[in-house]
Amino acid sequence: MRTIFFILRKEFLQLRRNKSMLPIIFVVPLVQLLILVNAATMEMKDITVSICDNDMSSTSRKLTGKFEGSPFFKITNFTHSVEESKLDIEKENANMAIVIPRHFERDLVRENKADLQILFNAINGTVAGIGSAYAGQILMRFNNEMITQWIGASNSPAKMNVIAAISSFWYNPDMNYKVFMVPAILVILVTIIGMMLAAMNIVREKEMGTIEQINVTPIKKIHFIIGKLLPFWLIALFMLAFGLTVGKLIFKIPIVGNLGWLFLVAGVYLLVMQGIGLMLSNAAKTQQQAMFIAFFFMIIFIMMSGIFTPVESMPTWAQTIDQLNPVAHFMKLIRMILLKGSAFVDFYPLFLKLCAFAVVVLTIAVSQYKKRV
Amino acid sequence: MKSFKGFVIKEFYHIFRDKRTLLILFAMPVLQMLLFGYVITNEVKDAQIAIFDKSKDVITRKITGKIASSGYFQISTYIENEDEIEKVFKEGYIKEVVVFENNFAQKLGKDGTAAINIITDASDANTANLLANYTTAIINDFMVKENASAVLPMKINSETRMLYNPELKGVFMFVPGTMAMILILVCALLTSVTIVKEKELGTMEVLLVSPLKPYQIIIGKVAPYVALSLVNATSILLLSNYVFGLPIQGSVLLLFSECLLFIMLSLSLGIFISTSTDSQQVAMLISMVALMLPTIILSGFIFPIENMPWWLQIICHVNPSTYFIVIVKNIMLKGTGFISVWKETLILFGYTILFILLSIKKFKIRLQ
Repeated sequence: MRTIFFILRKEFLQLRRNKSMLPIIFVVPLVQLLILVNAATMEMKDITVSICDNDMSSTSRKLTGKFEGSPFFKITNFTHSVEESKLDIEKENANMAIVIPRHFERDLVRENKADLQILFNAINGTVAGIGSAYAGQILMRFNNEMITQWIGASNSPAKMNVIAAISSFWYNPDMNYKVFMVPAILVILVTIIGMMLAAMNIVREKEMGTIEQINVTPIKKIHFIIGKLLPFWLIALFMLAFGLTVGKLIFKIPIVGNLGWLFLVAGVYLLVMQGIGLMLSNAAKTQQQAMFIAFFFMIIFIMMSGIFTPVESMPTWAQTIDQLNPVAHFMKLIRMILLKGSAFVDFYPLFLKLCAFAVVVLTIAVSQYKKRV
Repeated sequence: MKSFKGFVIKEFYHIFRDKRTLLILFAMPVLQMLLFGYVITNEVKDAQIAIFDKSKDVITRKITGKIASSGYFQISTYIENEDEIEKVFKEGYIKEVVVFENNFAQKLGKDGTAAINIITDASDANTANLLANYTTAIINDFMVKENASAVLPMKINSETRMLYNPELKGVFMFVPGTMAMILILVCALLTSVTIVKEKELGTMEVLLVSPLKPYQIIIGKVAPYVALSLVNATSILLLSNYVFGLPIQGSVLLLFSECLLFIMLSLSLGIFISTSTDSQQVAMLISMVALMLPTIILSGFIFPIENMPWWLQIICHVNPSTYFIVIVKNIMLKGTGFISVWKETLILFGYTILFILLSIKKFKIRLQ
């Protein structure tokens, strides 16, 4: 026990004396939390529209007005040629263009039908798909209004049935995406500290040759490993607590669930990540190698964790692989506990899985570690 | 000049003799590109939802069928009472519950209106929003089709054209960003350790007493990596073209030159980090912690820049990746020429020069 204490003291001293390391561990994550949380919304606000009205009739103007009045669309430009509207799309001044041809009103009244063209910038397929559904609905309503107006409501053959789709958002009724992003960014930062720093710390001793000094001391392997991992485990948990406080005070994220459970889960999760870090440091010879491998795994873990894009959108094979991704499990757990107040009965399968990961990864990592050069 | 040549050759040897790093260097971008191309998308596909049908009539079944066959959703359970909604959400697998009101078909027939409530688990606000939007779109579509079946006297025919991406593939949106992310992170990570490593291992002294000028040392350090990164850029472009089906509408040469420019920028950014730090650990942490998240979040890669608050939009426009993504989308998908991207290109060029100058200035020719 005393040995561990001394190693811990050495590690903390080393950390404290490294003037450039401390700000990276504490200040950079905090700044990122404060800034990045504001960025991460995919919410579609206004779909921007460029209108090319070649008809300039009262009907075409009325139709334009319908789009203007809709909360989903925002008209950014009026043009007089299709080319101009297309240029608006190309330059990203508009997501879509509505092209009303000449004689639109005349055709509608005389020939009983009129054509209309809608162009979308479909690089963002989601915006284009949903935008076209909304546009279709507006057109349908407009069409019906026209019919009622010209033919009269009484003998109109078109009776419209309206299905009202009302969305309600539970656990986050104001759709405050920050509520989601604060835990997400905390997970990333905690992961970096847990996995990366532990891995690099041991490889550094290898590269500098100081590991030999430790190898010739009577320090037991397990003491050494605990002494190396524990400081970062504590720092990561401290960062989590700190980040949650900031989130609560500044971004007003709700903390519905039990914080005790949250920290227990986080503690186990960190053990998994540190175990992976230890495995990496066993495999790597230089800090550069350790860093590269750690970076490789970390970015995969993070991109597949459902933080930025939903896990549900991934192909099935990727979702199967994702079962092995500790970050995805932790992300899900932290969200369940923090925002939905899930109790132990709700989340214990996931938690047990994390525990199993921790046992397996740590066993392998510790048995791989050799007190030899 | 001769000593410079010798130095560059030495750097090449350094890299090629470290087989493990070399393997990581070439395999990593390819694997990441392959994986992320499939994984990073916000298309809704087979999302697990529950149906709470209080009415159970012909029309609600029809709509349920439409939702189920849309490909976006998979109905994993039918629930029978209000309390169950809370329960399925807390278990965490179901993201949305669609609730049909009582006597749905009857109300629709009689009053001409009936309501569907879409309840989503908004603890993940982005996904919730997306799911609700898709469901609304399906319902709207159903409604439009039902109403259109009647013969109308005055009909507006609308023709919808999806420009640049007629099949609405999700990869078109995300692959350019993935390219930017992999290139800038790998390149910056590579060079960020080069100079600081010599400092840390004490070999810097040897370099400093050699006749090499600081700018020669810096350029000599970057040169081998330019060659290596070009291999990476090529493989990434090939993958996005052949595996993910992104067209290259514009000039291939132009696209390749822009990639080269972006690589130079990232490498010089790495060198700049390297000259400003004094341990590998710090250098690598900076290039990871400080570069990774901004590249993902503040570049328009996943989250649209126009949705952000104005002060964040300014930060996005300081981020070089933002410009590279615009360039790639323009050349690959829209097929525009140099005229439409000269501004962005100029900015990337300016950044490269700036980082190189800063590195030369920061480079200390004295030992501390």
